[in-house]
Amino acid sequence: MNQVVDNIKPSFPLFKEEDYTTSLGNKRALFEEKHDPSRIDEIFEWTTSEEYKELNFSREALTINPAKACQPLGAVLCSLGFENTLPYVHGSQGCVAYFRTYFNRHFKEPVACVSDSMIEDAAVFGGQKNMFDGLENARALYKPDMIMVSTTCMAEVIGDDLNAFIGNSRKEGHIPEDFPVPFAHTPSFVGSHTTGWDNMFEGTIRYFTVNDMEGKEVGSNGKINIVPGFETYLGNYRVLHRYMKEMGVDYSLLCDPSEVLDTPADGKYRMYSGGTTQDEVKDAPNARDTLLLQPWQLVKTRKFTKGTWNHETPAINIPMGLKWTDEFLMKVSEISGKEIPLSLEIERGRLVDMMTDSHAWLHGKKFAIWGDADFVMGLAGFLLELGAEPTHIICHHANKRWKKAVDQMLAGSPYGKDCEVHVGADLWHLRSLIFSKKPDFMIGNSYGKFIERDTLKKGEDFHVPLIRIGFPIFDRHHLHRSTTLGYEGAMTILTTLTNAVLEKMDKDTMKMGVADYNYDLVR
Amino acid sequence: MALRQCAIYGKGGIGKSTTTQNLVAGLAELGKKVMIVGCDPKADSTRLILHAKAQTTIMHLAAEAGSVEDLELEDVLKVGFGDIKCVESGGPEPGVGCAGRGVITAINFLEEEGAYEDDLDFVFYDVLGDVVCGGFAMPIRENKAQEIYIVCSGEMMAMYAANNISKGIVKYANSGSVRLAGLICNSRNTDREDELIEALAAKLGTRMIHFVPRDNVVQHAEIRRMTVIEYDPKAKQAQEYRDLAQKIIDNDRFVIPEPISMDDLEDLLMEFGIMEVEDESIVGKAADSAVA
Repeated sequence: MNQVVDNIKPSFPLFKEEDYTTSLGNKRALFEEKHDPSRIDEIFEWTTSEEYKELNFSREALTINPAKACQPLGAVLCSLGFENTLPYVHGSQGCVAYFRTYFNRHFKEPVACVSDSMIEDAAVFGGQKNMFDGLENARALYKPDMIMVSTTCMAEVIGDDLNAFIGNSRKEGHIPEDFPVPFAHTPSFVGSHTTGWDNMFEGTIRYFTVNDMEGKEVGSNGKINIVPGFETYLGNYRVLHRYMKEMGVDYSLLCDPSEVLDTPADGKYRMYSGGTTQDEVKDAPNARDTLLLQPWQLVKTRKFTKGTWNHETPAINIPMGLKWTDEFLMKVSEISGKEIPLSLEIERGRLVDMMTDSHAWLHGKKFAIWGDADFVMGLAGFLLELGAEPTHIICHHANKRWKKAVDQMLAGSPYGKDCEVHVGADLWHLRSLIFSKKPDFMIGNSYGKFIERDTLKKGEDFHVPLIRIGFPIFDRHHLHRSTTLGYEGAMTILTTLTNAVLEKMDKDTMKMGVADYNYDLVR
Repeated sequence: MALRQCAIYGKGGIGKSTTTQNLVAGLAELGKKVMIVGCDPKADSTRLILHAKAQTTIMHLAAEAGSVEDLELEDVLKVGFGDIKCVESGGPEPGVGCAGRGVITAINFLEEEGAYEDDLDFVFYDVLGDVVCGGFAMPIRENKAQEIYIVCSGEMMAMYAANNISKGIVKYANSGSVRLAGLICNSRNTDREDELIEALAAKLGTRMIHFVPRDNVVQHAEIRRMTVIEYDPKAKQAQEYRDLAQKIIDNDRFVIPEPISMDDLEDLLMEFGIMEVEDESIVGKAADSAVA
């Protein structure tokens, strides 16, 4: 069992060595009451059966492997998108450790976020004292220009009042009168991370503008506001900047964490970097209009931009795939009066060229997909454009109205007619669906790898490879830097999907003298 | 004698704290070693024993010290009349925080610190009026109080409350050892009050363990922050509390209550003339239409 310093082996392949297999085997046999392998296989097979699927779908009280996270996680991502801003979570410490590790593992970056560590006495007496000390200390230590406050379950269950607590913090001199502290109540037991993003964003624009609407005039600054929503692909922020610049459109990207979540290793730690400025937020009501890129999750924000800012906030779809990117750019052109430039027309043409080049490989391929409401809808739309067939769609936190809209979209294409859409379902439901009606691939976050493992266990013919597009992606590096929106994003997705198909094809045919009649050099 | 843990529930303002402290004083007189655990953020469950305005509470001390782990038993436990041990859980001001969590924290602390390990005969939990959340059910959860006494009087809302508390007991009784041990009638001098409470007790499957008559001496004692037993041991009322104490010592009728339906309860109230017989024809009619 000894390791040699020049040749350190990680658990794999180390555990394949005999002394380890013996030791682990004994552990299972002597202490873990291991069942007979045939019995384990029998139960495994049962969990892949139709009978089990029915039982699984009649499940009422349990979530297994949720395809969503909680509200404050979204609120923290939102807070990271503003300049020199410290995300602050009013509540328990462990929750914040979870948000930070979740983002660390996805972005491979440090994530600055504080909590005011409510413990037992705060649970009983309320967390005002924690808020006093927390705001004062966080400001003194980390020198932000603004602190954005969200909440955990603990503070919400006992009904802590952020407005009063933050007001009292000013009154008692813990923070200066004019120090900005936007806030939002984000109970984790309601909604999801996308609700939390929406709440935090709405809380922020409300904080800066609701009492300052006098003298504001729609269109007076000539800009277009763009609100990304819960967006983890940093390339998406960058492609939006590029498109607006190429179009010559004056714009505000309201919330942009693409700098702070992608800082260079040059010896300097940046707790804050980039982000939307407070001035941009204050000026936002003067814009011509506001475009919400993920309208299904930005319900509260839309209400505010329509009601308070008097912006039309037109109903657009997430700019994913060909058609919805077209529509987005045409909408920007319509609002701004600027032509869509040749450079973007050429980019579009390249995408169409790529689509036709790969069409033969993607046509008729079946995909199971899951993720956030707008993302899943956009991705399903693009699959239909490619002639690929979405067969299972899961969104854990979408509502029935969303399901209807997706069903309608699917019904409008010959490639969408065999698709099942499930809202409120988790990845254990998806596992049953995949065993019951096998797709060729699944597209989603890293958690899908366990479904992939299970499909392979059933046999090579049942293997459904996972294509990693979504959030979180913990087990592949740097994918978060790529792009999924716009023509550029469509190219990335198209490339990823096509090559996944080709790799599978190679793997299936790489058997000398058996299947290599189709193991081709040219695909 | 094994430790008996009892919890006193009942509608807010019914006289739980006064009754508890007087009866505990009676137990102490009979030589029993007793502890009172006040489970109410108002912290008024021990003032008659300690002659104090309000005892400093566990939660208050915990907040001062930083956390409950920084406290020791002697910091929170005070000894008063008849060597009665007193603790108050405490909790937040009305409108903030979570009082129920305060009760849970305090009782867990007492357990961890071995407050029940001394040679106690009785522990009494005096719990805030309504069992509004899990925190106020803490005294009847596993390994805590096994005997529940409900203080009530011959008034409609007090009886509604008694029935509701019985429903709460059933929830825990089926999985644990908590039982309803009886109703204590704290008289409001209403007509046929004793019969009414006895009838309610019978319907719930228990009995009225004692009828405590109304007597101004209780208020006189209370002004002096004393129990009647200490203030005027010869008073007739003092004997009533002694009787109640003795009945509790002798009590062995612990039952899983059978809460009654609203209809049954209303029938009972109508039978005793506390509630008028309902006239279905006027339900939902506004004043002008009812006149017509």
